[in-house]
Order: sequence, then C-alpha cells, then structure tokens
Amino acid sequence: MNSQAIATKKPQPKSPRSPLLRREAIEGLLCITPWLLGFLFFTAGPMLASVWLALTDYEILRPISFTGLANFSKAAHDPLFIKSLWNTAYYTVLYVPLHLITALLVALLLNVKVRGVGVYRVLYYIPSIMPAVASAFLWMWIFNPNYGLANALLNMVGLPPQKWIFDEALAKPSFVIMALWGLGSSMLVFLAGLQGIDKVLYEASDIDGANSWTKFWRITLPMMTPVLFFNLIIGIIGSFQVFTTAFVATKGGPNNATLFYVLYIYRQGWEFTKMGYASALAWVLFIVVLLVTLTQFKLAGRWVYYETEKPG
Amino acid sequence: MSQAERFTTIITPAQTSTSPRRARPTNYRHLFYSIGMQIILIGLSIVMVIPFFWLISTSLKIRGTEFTFPPVWIPRPAIWSNYSTAIFDSGLPFPRFLLNTVIITLANLIGVLFAASLAGFGFARMRFPGREKFFVLVLSTLMLPEIVTQIPSYLLFRNLGWIDTFLPLIVPTYFGGGAFNIFLFRQFFMSIPVELDEAARIDGASTWQIYARLILPLSKPVMATVAVFTFLANWNAFIGPLIYLNSIEKMTLAVGLLAFQGLRGTEWNLMMAAAAVMIVPVLIIFFAAQRYFIEGIVTSGFGGR
Repeated sequence: MNSQAIATKKPQPKSPRSPLLRREAIEGLLCITPWLLGFLFFTAGPMLASVWLALTDYEILRPISFTGLANFSKAAHDPLFIKSLWNTAYYTVLYVPLHLITALLVALLLNVKVRGVGVYRVLYYIPSIMPAVASAFLWMWIFNPNYGLANALLNMVGLPPQKWIFDEALAKPSFVIMALWGLGSSMLVFLAGLQGIDKVLYEASDIDGANSWTKFWRITLPMMTPVLFFNLIIGIIGSFQVFTTAFVATKGGPNNATLFYVLYIYRQGWEFTKMGYASALAWVLFIVVLLVTLTQFKLAGRWVYYETEKPG
Repeated sequence: MSQAERFTTIITPAQTSTSPRRARPTNYRHLFYSIGMQIILIGLSIVMVIPFFWLISTSLKIRGTEFTFPPVWIPRPAIWSNYSTAIFDSGLPFPRFLLNTVIITLANLIGVLFAASLAGFGFARMRFPGREKFFVLVLSTLMLPEIVTQIPSYLLFRNLGWIDTFLPLIVPTYFGGGAFNIFLFRQFFMSIPVELDEAARIDGASTWQIYARLILPLSKPVMATVAVFTFLANWNAFIGPLIYLNSIEKMTLAVGLLAFQGLRGTEWNLMMAAAAVMIVPVLIIFFAAQRYFIEGIVTSGFGGR
C-alpha cells in the first residue's frame, strides 16, 4: 500500500521550470497551508514553548523565572513522580501483552466460518467505542465493593468479595480488566490482517500435509507480525496516556495506586497550576514514548515479516 | 480490489457455503466443531454484553433497590422515570450539555471535512517540493502525546481570552483537521485514477474545481468514515473540555457527567441512566454507519505498516 503511495510520482514530461509545474507546486502548497499553519501554531510552536516552560518555575499567577534543569532534578526526588511512572509502566506491561493476545485470539475465533459470526463481530466491537466517562461510571459500579457485579460473580463461584479499584494491590489489574473490555478495535485490525493473508499459502501447506497448529505458527503468525507490530506501538503509546477512566473512577487513589502519569501531569499543571513543572513532566513522557517506540522499531527487524515485493 | 469490498466482508462475511448445504453428508466432526465454536462465541458475547445489561438494569431500579446483594437482574417495576429524573431533575442542565456537545461536534465535523480533505488532496494529487517530508511530519504528529502541547496551548488560548468558550475545542480543527483524517483522505484520493484529473484539466478545470467538483463528490465513503470518527472523538472527548470549559452552562456531556457524579454520585440508578443517555447516540451512529467504522479502522490499521 505504501509502495503504491510513493510510486505516484509520474515521469515528468516538462522541464522543472515549466510554468505549469510551478503553478501546481504553488497550488499544492496552498492545499496544505491550513494544516501547515495548524502545525506551526498548535503543534510545533507549543512544543517549543513547552521546552522553555520546562526550564522555568512558571505558575500561572506569579512572575516567571528561568530555573534551568531544576524541574528535572525536582522530579528525580519527587516520590509521586516516581510512583506515577511506576504505575504507568506496571499498567503498560500488564495491559499491552494481555490486550494483544486476547484481541488476536478473539480475531482468530471470529475468522472462522460459523453461523452468526457477523453478529459476534459487532457485539465484541461495540464496547471499544464507548465514551470513556460513561464506561468509567459503569465499571465503578461493577467494581463496587458492596453491591457490584464483579463481587456477585465471585460470590457465585464461592470466592470472597474483593475491593477491586479500591484495593491498592488490585486497582491496576482492575483497570486492565476495564480496558480489555474495549479490545474491539484492535480485534478488527487483526481480523482485517487475517483476511488479508493470501489463501494460496494455506492451500500449499494443505498439499504438504500441514495441520492447523503448524499452519498457525508457520503461516498465520508470521504473516500477522506487521499488524501485531502496529497494534503494539499503538497500544504502548495509548497506555502511557491512560487518563480519563482513572480520573473519573479513582482520582488516582487508593494511596496513589492509580495515579497514572498523565493524571499526575494534570494535577501539577491544572490543579496546582505548576505549569513549568508539568511541562517538564510532559517532556519526560514524550522522551520515554519516543525511546520506547524507537526501540520497538529497532527490534522490529528481528521479528516483523514484511512481504517485500508483491508482483502487480 | 477494492479495499471497499474487503471492508464489507470483514463485518458481513460473504455467503460461505461453497457447496449447497443439502449436498453435504452428515459430518459429526464438523457438527461438534460448530457447536463448540458457538458455545465459546456465545460465552464471550455474554462477557461483552453483560456490563450493558447491568447498566440498563440498574438504571431502571427504584432508588435504594440497587443496593441489594446478590443483585436483582430484572427490576420490578421498571422505573423508566429515572431517565427523565436524570435528564431534567438532576439539578444540572443536562439538555444544555447535550446541545453544547452537538454544537462542538458539528462545528468540528465541518472543519475536519474541509481542512483534512484539502490537505489530503494536496498530498495525494499535487506535486510540490517537500511533499513526502511534510507527509511524514503529518504522520509523526500521531505519535506525539497530546499532553506535551496541551500546557502551552492552554496558555495561548488563555491569552486570547478563549477560556470557557468553545473556541479552543473548535478552531484548531480548521487548521489541518487531524493527522488521522488527512491520512484517510489521502489514501482514498490516491485510489482515484489520475487520468480523471488530467481529463478535467484538458477541459479547462482549475485545481479547485477538480477538488470541489470532481474529487469530493467521488469521496463520499471516506467522508462518511471521517465523519463517524470525528463524531466519536468529539462525543467522547474529555481532557479538552475538562481543561477549557469551567462554567456549568458551557459543559459538554462528558464533563457534565463528571459534575453529575459530584452531585448525585451515590444514586447509582441515576448515574447509570445518565451514562446510558450518553451511550445511546453512539450506538445509533454505529448501527447507522457500521461499514464506515470498519473502513476507518482497517485503513488506518494497514497504514501503520
């Protein structure tokens, strides 16, 4: 698909100084001008401003002064910064692999030809488009320690009730359960990937007498690695930024067990109006996300399989 | 080969019976397999659907009866008036929240469809120096954590006096319309044969006429896809409205629900009714435009390669 993207450059029949081409270039640039202005004013400009703010002690209603790297050394000694970083890493490490595995398994289930599969696909997809606030309400009630559905289920199988999001040890796993409910969109990306695998590969392996197990490990999984990689990157970037459900359901509690990183930035920036410190924290997040993503791209060469050239 | 065909088969699989059903001999292995699959799929459906059922069930309970353990599934009688209480008598202007959300969503829809399609058109069908580099820049903004630009943007809008107005949530959209949407438009435009543009140019059409009269009318599917995602993004948006909208009359549903929680947070029947009110339009849009949801996800999913 992307090779097609690059291949649109046609052989240029006219000399590069032809007035037609110059006109096309100007009009092309005009087309992207709104985006370019938006990029300058709402992305690049704020990013530069954010670097500068990160090096100051800016608080909204007080005079500003340049403090160099003080915000960063402050963060290094800030137990809540460390805690929020830990919480976010914990959540990411638990959520992303579980999410990928379950979404892939569900996609495999839905890739078979059984009656009503279209209905199942819709049912499994819908939770992923739920408004975060509404779904936070719903899960707060499900996880209610006294009257919630989760404890009713435990009760049915004879297990003792839990405090879920109000239990320091169980709070993050509870958020993972909440997030897994919304696996639908990754599932669909997987499903699309599964349906894009060339049937010829399976037919050839049938002739060779391969069983389903071998076919999965030798064909399906290798062919799915680009999609897996995509979902991995998106999953990591997303889970580093988990905010709304925690903000609504627990406000970071109990004992800061769900104080996720962006929640802490919000608290510093908007609740305590320490915009300078919050900017520094935001840059730490940006750099962490960048490093993790770049590492993933580096590692991708070892396990992601790309069909190099497709004829046609 | 078309992507469009593939999209539709993802949600509604083609009629798969390669051989007529009656011609097939009874195959017990196949039968057991089908039954086993159905059991797993139904079990998983229950897991996915039960939270919704629990939501509706709770929203129909008499005040106080939500606090029984183990829970009652079918409330008798069903108190439908919980919905009118949540909407009209909660002490919060719920209809106002709804109106605000609709205004912001519509304003963003117009902005996205205009700005993102224009940029997508430039990237897909015009040749200009630096085009590939600019496009990489578009895609790279997708990876930027929003919070990094949020603080300076907040200060910018504060200096402009835009706090507690809808402007910070609308105006930026008109400048680019979002990287994801630009990407979707570009992908679609590239699938339209270039010969059409050339023919139109020979007939004397200008670039803007090609964009407005030729390409856009051919692009209804991608416009619908972008529209449903824009609706969803704005309907569900939380951190932006939370930061910029302070007074109750300006709030959207998402932050309005937060205020609702502050006021009636212990009345779970009303909380669930309020959440359901926010969920229902999402379900309606989904069922009305199912295909376009799938298209967007599939295109962007593949685009990540």
